[in-house]
This record gives sequence, structure tokens and C-alpha cells, in this order.
Amino acid sequence: MKAITAEELYKTYDKGKIKALDGLNLDVEEGTVLGVLGPNGAGKTTTVRVLATLLVPDSGRATVSGIDVIKNPQEVRKIIGLSGQYAAVDETLTGWDNLIMFGRLYHLSAKAAKSRAIELLEQFSLTDAAKRPIRTYSGGMRRRLDLAASLIVKPKVLFLDEPTTGLDPRGRQDMWGVINELVKGGVTLLLTTQYLEEADQLADEIAVIDHGKVIARGTSDSLKKQVGGERLEIVVENQHMAATKEIVARISSSALNVDEGLRLISAPVTTGSKALIEAAKLLDKMGIHPLDIGLKRPSLDDVFLSLTGHLAEEKKDEDLALASKKRGR
Amino acid sequence: MHAISDALIITKRQLLQLARVPELILFSIIQPIMFVLLFRYVFGGSIDTGQPGGYVQLLMPGIFVQTVAFTLAGTAVGLTADMQKGLIARFRSLPISRSAVVFGRTLGDGALNIVVLTAMGLTGYVVGWRPSSGFLNITLGFVFLLVFGFAMSWIGVLIGLSVREERVATNATFIAVFPLTFLSNAFAPTTGMPKPLQYIAEWNPVSTMVAGCRQLFGLENQFGATAGSFPSENPLTMSIVYMIIIMAVFIPLSVRKYNRAVNK
Ligand SMILES: Nc1ncnc2c1ncn2[C@@H]1O[C@H](COP(=O)(O)OP(=O)(O)OP(=O)(O)O)[C@@H](O)[C@H]1O
Ligand SMILES: [Mg+2]
Repeated sequence: MKAITAEELYKTYDKGKIKALDGLNLDVEEGTVLGVLGPNGAGKTTTVRVLATLLVPDSGRATVSGIDVIKNPQEVRKIIGLSGQYAAVDETLTGWDNLIMFGRLYHLSAKAAKSRAIELLEQFSLTDAAKRPIRTYSGGMRRRLDLAASLIVKPKVLFLDEPTTGLDPRGRQDMWGVINELVKGGVTLLLTTQYLEEADQLADEIAVIDHGKVIARGTSDSLKKQVGGERLEIVVENQHMAATKEIVARISSSALNVDEGLRLISAPVTTGSKALIEAAKLLDKMGIHPLDIGLKRPSLDDVFLSLTGHLAEEKKDEDLALASKKRGR
Repeated sequence: MHAISDALIITKRQLLQLARVPELILFSIIQPIMFVLLFRYVFGGSIDTGQPGGYVQLLMPGIFVQTVAFTLAGTAVGLTADMQKGLIARFRSLPISRSAVVFGRTLGDGALNIVVLTAMGLTGYVVGWRPSSGFLNITLGFVFLLVFGFAMSWIGVLIGLSVREERVATNATFIAVFPLTFLSNAFAPTTGMPKPLQYIAEWNPVSTMVAGCRQLFGLENQFGATAGSFPSENPLTMSIVYMIIIMAVFIPLSVRKYNRAVNK
């Protein structure tokens, strides 16, 4: 059975100028994990909000566990857990206070709320910090508490919006561990991320979205194949740029990506180290000694380059806009 | 239905915040007390009211009403903050009653008003306020004030959920309430105002509330209201009508707004 379906979701902002969702289609099989991968502004949060009943789309249909999210939001709320992009807990209260409050709001008895809080604090390694106000928590602790709060009543379907954005590598590893445990417990999970690696680690299937649409869908392996697997990256001196471009173009059948500033030429390759050796040989034959040469595993940018034929330029603009917005706060 | 118990959980959360950060209570009390003292000693000496017991008898109901009217600001700022932090969205994803969060908030702000009014009443007593109408009427006066605060709080819900920044909430509520409290009989007689203003001032809900409270606290003096005008003759009735209108309009609007609110 499908745990989540979304059909032709449309949502615009600013009187139609911004298309946050532009005919989005999704479905997630029960008990599996779908990673929704996309750059800033792709529509990830909007998708999650629609599915978690927070936002009514302009048109389209969506169900969670067979229940219509637009017609029957209250029923959907009983079976979902949501942890939004930014940890949403009461900063003034302690971790303990928060879990009790959310437990009570899920209609647990006072006693049940307490024992569940104890369990969750233990599970998320927050027992020691339980009596401290959230204000004093680190970003990672906050995130974990936020996730804990969405698991109070074991949800059938869980939505995690960028659960590791802003965490350091250690925090990210910890969070992945926690999420993997949850998945073993049988929950259906929809998780959004900007990192291919994260989707790779956690998801059974990946949906790549851009401009409010799913532009590719498949397992991590099949997507990587589409991207062309690894990338060949070569840095050379200025006077050798042109020659090197020709060599790389001969080895790769996909579009080159050239960064004149970094003097970096890169392209997807399918033959792995063979491509690397070939490139090195050709360069050597021309008397070019690269400053750097190597194979890189695919990044989100590569997925985009390959899937849309353009680098996600808007992504960079929005990153800047986002950064200045945050500074303004 | 869990409507009431859900709302009380939200109220409890707010009271817990006050317990965790007691400065919050302290500062909600200090400002009104400061007002009592300033008005009592700065203007009190120069305003001749002909009121037995002096200006403070007229002043206290005025300051009480002004303070509870400003409940609106606390409600609005609190909700804007919750929305900015994503808490409102979080609450909305829970299977709780559609009105629980906003009801809980207005009840919590009402509870805080009990503390604030108590502190002000005691300060008033120290500086010479002596309500003379007996226990029952005095209690009724305070109940009246609490209900008015509760009604105003619902206007705050709508403002708080409509603006995007706490600072905007602060300014918007100030702009909404400040003229209302000064364009009234709270601190000076309305008869001294230019005719059109006088008309507005006498129909102003703050004025009818102040006049109503003065009645309930045992004052005869209408403090220079135009003799025979409807609101100054029937301040209690008018106040009740106003409170009902405010709640009938703003409760449904606020609940509706809450159920569509998304942070960002
Ligand atoms: N309330 C709003 N008003 C106007 N535009 C909005 C609003 N919410 C979202 N948008 C726009 O809709 C688009 C999709 O936004 P969304 O938040 O879903 O992106 P996202 O994929 O979650 O991005 P991020 O990685 O930055 O979180 C963006 O262009 C965004 O600016
Ligand atoms: Mg987002």
C-alpha cells in the first residue's frame, strides 16, 4: 500500500509569480524511505507542509495512509510526526517540559507522558540536559529534541525536513544513526535534504525536485548512473585550459563544467579509474602537467548539471539571500 | 472533545514559562505600578477633581483599564514569537482542537492579568485608593476588568498571527491601544476636549469601561463626562455590549487565522 501520495500539487505565492509547487507528483510505499533532494527554493518545505496538513495547495490531491490531507487533516495529524526545517520547540522551557507538553497534547495521561519523556530522552542522549532550558542547547541537541517530540506517539508516517542541515559531521552521523533506528522500527519516512550523500545513506528511493517538480526519481544507484557516476576533475595552468578541455571532452560524453577562476575542468565519466588513467596519458602526451587531477563522487550539483543541463545557479543566489536574511534577524 | 483540556495545556505552558523566567512576571508588574505612582504624584497634585479622596480614586480605574487593554500587546507579541519559531506550525501538525492554542494563550494572558491587577490594587491602596462599594462590587469590578482584558486579548491574537516580526507586533499593538486609552476619560475629563474628540472619547470602549469600573468601585463623579450622553449614562451596559461584540468578531476571525497560519 502507498503510505503517501501526491498528485499534481500546485502552490503559488505572490499572486502566481512564485511557483513553489508546479505539478508535483510523489508516492511512497509503506515502510520505505523516500529522500526528497533539491536545492534551496526547490519546494521541499512546501511539499512537506502540504503533506503534513499545514498548507492547503492551490490544486491537487494528497493522501497519507489513504487519508486525504486536504479534506481530513485532523485524521492525518493523528498518524504523522513532523520535524520541520528549523527546530520548533519552546526555548524558554526545558527539554523535559517540552516533551511533557507535547505528550499531553497527544492526549497521553500524565503518567504515560512522563514515562515516554524518560524513554525518549534516553534514546536521544538528552537525559543529562533534560532539566535545562532549550535556549542552552546546541544545534544538534535542539534538533534531536525536536525529533523526539515528533515521535511521542509512534507515528505511522514521519516527515523530516532537512534533519541534518546546520549540524557538524559528528552531529550528522549521530542523526543518521537515530534515523536508521527509526526506519528499522518500520515507520514510513519522507525526508528532505540538500545532500546526495544523506539521501544515499538513509533513503530507499530518491526524488530529485527543482522548481516545484520532480525531475528524477529512482534509487541512489540508478540516479548516480544517470549522473554518470563519478566525475573527472582536472586543474591546469591557464595556458593549458583549451587543450585540456578538448581532452576531457574526448573522454566524457556529457557536458563539461568549466570554472575559469579555479582553472578547473570537470565532467561526468562512466569508466572510473580507466578514464582517469586515459586523461593522465593524454595530458602527458601533450606535455601538460596538471596541478591536480582526480575522480570525484557525484555531488548534488552534478545531479543537477546532468538532469537539467544547467548548474543550479539560483541555488547560489538563494543561499546568499538566505544568509543575509539570517544575519538580519 | 479535548478542546478545553488542550487549551489548558497551552495555558500551563505559558505559566511554566513565567515560572522558569520569573523576570517575565516582574516586568509585567513593574510598568503598571510605575504608572500608578507617576500619575498619582506627577498629575495627581495638579488635577482638581472635586472628588472626595482625591484624584487617585478616579485614576485607579483608569489605569486598571489601560493595563488590561494592553493585554492585547502581550498576546500579539507572544504569538508572533511562537509563529517565527515555527511553534505554531508544530502545534498545527498535532491532533489537537482547532482553537486550543489561541484559547490557551488568551487564558494564560488573562491569568497573568490577575497577578498584575493584584499588584496594582495593592500599590493603589498604599497610595490612598479606597474603593467604597463593598466586597461584592469590588470583586465584580475586577471580574469586569479581567473579561475586558480577555476580549482585548483576542484582538491581539489576530494581530499577532497577521504580522511577521515581533517588533511589528509591538508597534502595531501600541498604535492600536495607546490612542484608545488616552482618547478617553481615563486620565482627564472628556469635557475639556474639542467637540468631535469628546464624542469619540465618550463612545470609546475604554471610557465606558473606566466609567463602569468607577461605578462599581463606588464613585459618583463622572469626571466631566457630557451629562446625559448615552454611554456616560449606561457605562456598564455599553461595556458589556462592546465586550460581546469584540469577542463575537475576533474569536472566530482569530481561530480561522490560526488554522491557516504558516510561519515564514
Ligand atoms: N510564504 C511564502 N511567501 C512567498 N514565497 C514563498 C513562501 N514560502 C515559500 N515561498 C517560495 O516558494 C519556493 C519554494 O520554497 P520552499 O521553502 O518549499 O523551498 P525549499 O526547497 O524548502 O528550500 P530550502 O532548501 O531553502 O529550505 C521558494 O521560491 C520560496 O521563496
Ligand atoms: Mg525548506
